Parts: sequence; structure tokens; C-alpha cells
Amino acid sequence: MTAARRAVRAGFARGWIESRNYFRSHDELFWNIFLAVVFAVVLFFQRNSVVEGTNQSLASVVLPSILGMTVAWGGLSGAAGILAIEREDGTLLRAKTIPHGMVGYVVAKVIMTAVTSAVTVIIILAAGLLFVPELVSTPWTGWLMMVGILALGLLATMPWGAIIGSLVKSPQGAFGLTFLPMAALTAISGIFYPITALAGWVQSIAQLFPIYWLGHGMRAALLPEAEAAEIGGSWRYLEMFGVLSAWAVAGLLLAPPILRRMARRESGSAVEERRDAAMKRYG
Amino acid sequence: MDARDGDVVVDVDGLRMRYGHKDVLDGVAFRVHRGEVIALLGPNGAGKTTTIEILEGFRVRSAGEVSVLGVDPAVSREDWRARVGIVLQSWRDHTRWRVKDLLGHLGRYYAPYSTAARARPIALDDLLAMVGLAEHADQMVGKLSGGERRRLDLAIGIVGRPELLFLDEPTAGFDPHARREFHDLMHRLADFEETTILLATHDLAEAEKLADRILILAGGRIAADGSADQLARQVAAQAEVRWSLDGEIFVHATEDATAFVRKLFAEHGEAVGDLEVRRASLEDTYMAMVHKFETGRPDAAGAVVQFERSAP
Repeated sequence: MTAARRAVRAGFARGWIESRNYFRSHDELFWNIFLAVVFAVVLFFQRNSVVEGTNQSLASVVLPSILGMTVAWGGLSGAAGILAIEREDGTLLRAKTIPHGMVGYVVAKVIMTAVTSAVTVIIILAAGLLFVPELVSTPWTGWLMMVGILALGLLATMPWGAIIGSLVKSPQGAFGLTFLPMAALTAISGIFYPITALAGWVQSIAQLFPIYWLGHGMRAALLPEAEAAEIGGSWRYLEMFGVLSAWAVAGLLLAPPILRRMARRESGSAVEERRDAAMKRYG
Repeated sequence: MDARDGDVVVDVDGLRMRYGHKDVLDGVAFRVHRGEVIALLGPNGAGKTTTIEILEGFRVRSAGEVSVLGVDPAVSREDWRARVGIVLQSWRDHTRWRVKDLLGHLGRYYAPYSTAARARPIALDDLLAMVGLAEHADQMVGKLSGGERRRLDLAIGIVGRPELLFLDEPTAGFDPHARREFHDLMHRLADFEETTILLATHDLAEAEKLADRILILAGGRIAADGSADQLARQVAAQAEVRWSLDGEIFVHATEDATAFVRKLFAEHGEAVGDLEVRRASLEDTYMAMVHKFETGRPDAAGAVVQFERSAP
């Protein structure tokens, strides 16, 4: 077995250790659970409202959309934030000092992002089973489709998060660059209320980005009968897989050279400079 | 030519590093042989870290020849990384990992590079014992004290049993006891593991205690190269003689203190008091050298720069 392949394996082990550390660290796990609980409360209050013109409960439409949204946020903001933080604290430089360490690092980050996303998805789904009775009757093909689309969604967002995390100077920069655009896209992507209520040009913009299609895909997987409420009254699988795949392919092509360029510039003094800058920020 | 040419681990010649219009390194040249412990000594800002980072392959030089373990670090590959260990000034990474998890994990990457002569990585228990972290194996990295954290950094630096170890200000912030233990470990590495060690420091006492050879980096060049003893003699062949005569203190610098004192007694006999003869210490040498380079460049290149600046 080559050293690089062993490093991939070490990366899987690393992802496992980091996931375990994540479950042990109460603050981060708490935040993840807290957010999931907030969404569960939203669903609770929406359980008796009905989407106009249908007999769907609002909760049943919002739940899948939230699932899609959290995965998009986790993939983009999560990856960008972690990369920026670990550049500042030297984790990335450490990986660079180890033979094939960067390979292990990237593999572990992919696993870690998938695990944290899965935790959020599971908690929200658990709440959903209480307040959205329709979910219980979802066939296994629906669950399978959900997992598949979520995985594709991670591929469509995570490389872009890594790119942003490579380009920014600080974790605050990563937050600033991802938070507002993501919040704006979330607002127009039909997550918390149907997109068909928005102006046509806003709908067009939303449909260029993965976050809309992730929510759309989740609804297609978990509410297969509700396609009348969607744009064009259909699940438009071709467009959905097309847009998500396009983002995934472009991101996966662009991310490696940008990551490599960023890693090349990492050095002890670069980490030191960033630390000094951080000290000044925090006072 | 050096008899040990075949054993050259680091070979640097004409190394230049330019940031904007400033040459931080201006023709650095030196060699390190297998098994040597070398201290790169210099005031802050002299370019120690820059030099080390170029050798580590983390920084691309402006000009010059650099060979580390027979490879140019600027185009080095992963198998070269496996032979080199790095300990930086400050690490704050992996705070949520347990000590043994981290060392065990990072060791894995070196396993493919294990040879009969150098088993890689060093077994976890041996490594923990070597750096004195055995009882902290289950602790979280973020909860270690400053000294323990540095020992962990060192353990990570040597987990792959490196042929060459780089250390940047290794004992900054150590108490005397921790410093001494660290020095013992360095000696063990050099003697038993045949590790060549290159450490950057501004601590003269440390350089004197640890290094077989000291390179003083000042003014962008290697200003002196030799053992602590050689360096002390190189610049300060002179000794300082102090004495008192009729309540007055006298100081005289001389190359032959013995002859001078003999003459002193012949002339004044018992009137001579408070006699003190002091040979220049390494510290005096070092201070004199740094002072010389910082106050005015003694070489021709410096003169040219000066001339250009004064031109309209």
C-alpha cells in the first residue's frame, strides 16, 4: 500500500477521533443541539397551520426544507469556519509538517462535516416524527433519496466552504463572507415559506444556488405527493441534480489548487502573524 | 575540503532572502554534518526564523543554493518530509485531542517510511517516556501546562524518528528545571538516535550548553562559526586586567595578561590591590559581534548601499 493511500486511511481514523472529540466537547455539541431544538420549536408551532391552497401542514413542508438548509450551511459556513480557525491555531501547518498529512487532514474534514450535519439532521428528524405525522409513512426509497441528495448537497457546498476558508485572513472573515449571503439566500429559497409567493426574478436567483435545490430535493424525497406546490408544479429532478452536480463539479475542480496554494503559504511565521493579529482583535 | 563531506546534512551557500527592498539574508553560507548539534544564534530580527523556514521548505528563497538531506527543500516531496522533524516557536493546535491519540495518530503517517536502521514511528510508550508525558497520556492537549505543551510539541517533532530536527526557540518560557530536562533530551537524541539538530535561539547560555557548534547570524550573514570556546577566542584574544593603586582603579586590555601582571608587580610591588583578570566570555564576543553588525556594516556591500542613499 502506498504512503498516500495509508494517509487516506489515517484520515478516516482522524475523522473518527475528531467526531469523538466533538461529541465529548460540550459547547459545540450543545450549539448543534440548540439549533436543532429551535427548529423543532418552529415545527411545533407550525404543526396545525396549512399551506394555502393545499391540505399540507406548514410543518410538513418546512421540515424537509430545514434539513436541506442545515446541510448547505454546514457544508459552506462550517467548512469555511473550521478551515479558517485551524489555519489560525496551526492545525493545518501541523498537517503540512507530516508526510501526506494534508491528505489525512482533508479526508478527516469531509468526514467530520458529514458527521456534524448528520447529527443535526437526526435531531430535526426526531422532532419531525412527533409534529409531522406524514413523515412516518415515508417509504424507504424516500429515505434513501434523502441521504443521497444530502450527500450530493455536501459535495456541492463543502468545496466552496474550503475555498472561502482558504482565501480569508481570519475566522471572523470566514463568518463575514458566508453569513450574510447565506442568510439572504435562505430567505429567498423557500425554506420557511413557499418560494412561489416571491417575485419571479427572485425565484430565478434562488434557483441558481444549491440551498434552494437542497430544500427542494428534501421535499421531493419526503413529500412526494406535494409537487403541486412547487415551481412549475413538478419535482424537476433533472434541474435539481443538474444544479447540485454543477456546483459540486466546479467546487471539486477549483478547491484542490486553491487549497494547495493556501497550504504552500503556511509557515510558522504566518501562523504567528495571524496569532498576533488575533490577540489585537481580542484585546 | 572537510573530511566528512559525505556526511553533509545541510549545505547552504549564497542564501539570499529579500523582502521588498530589504535583504534579510545576504549571502548566508554554512554546513551541518550528520549528528551535529548546531545553534543558530542571533538577535531578534536577524533572520533566524527565515533561515530555518527556508530549510524546512516553508519559504521560497530569493537566491542561493540550499540542500537539506540531499534535496532542495523548495521542491521537496513527502518522503523528504518523513525524514525531517519540526518544532516551531508556538503551537496551539489540536487542543481537544488527548495526548496519546494525537501522538498515535501523527505517528501513523511515518509508518510507510520505516527502515531497518530507523524504525518509524517511535513506539507511543517509548515516546511518552522520552519526553516525560507518560502520566499525561490521557489528558487533553488544551489542558497541559506550558512546559508540558512544549514537550508534546517536541514529541510530535520526533515521532517519525527524524534524521534532522529543526527547533525554533525551543525553551522559550521554560523554568530552569524544565530547561535542563529538555537539554538532556536533546543530548540523548543526538547521541542515541543519531539525530542532527539545528536549533534557532537568541539565548546564548542555551547555545553554549547544547551546541557542538554555534553559528552567529548578524547583518544577514553568518558572522561567526565555531564551538563556544573557539568563538570566545576568535574575537577576544584580549583579556581585561583591573587593579587598584593608591585608591585609584585602573583597567587595561592586553593580549598577554600574565606578562602584564608580572610587570605590574615588578613596578609597584605590594601597592597593587584588587587585582582581577578577566578573559572575554562568549557573551562578550557575542555582544561585540552583534554590536558591530548593527551599528555599521563592516563590509563593502554596506558601503555601496550607504553611497547610493546619500546620492541625490
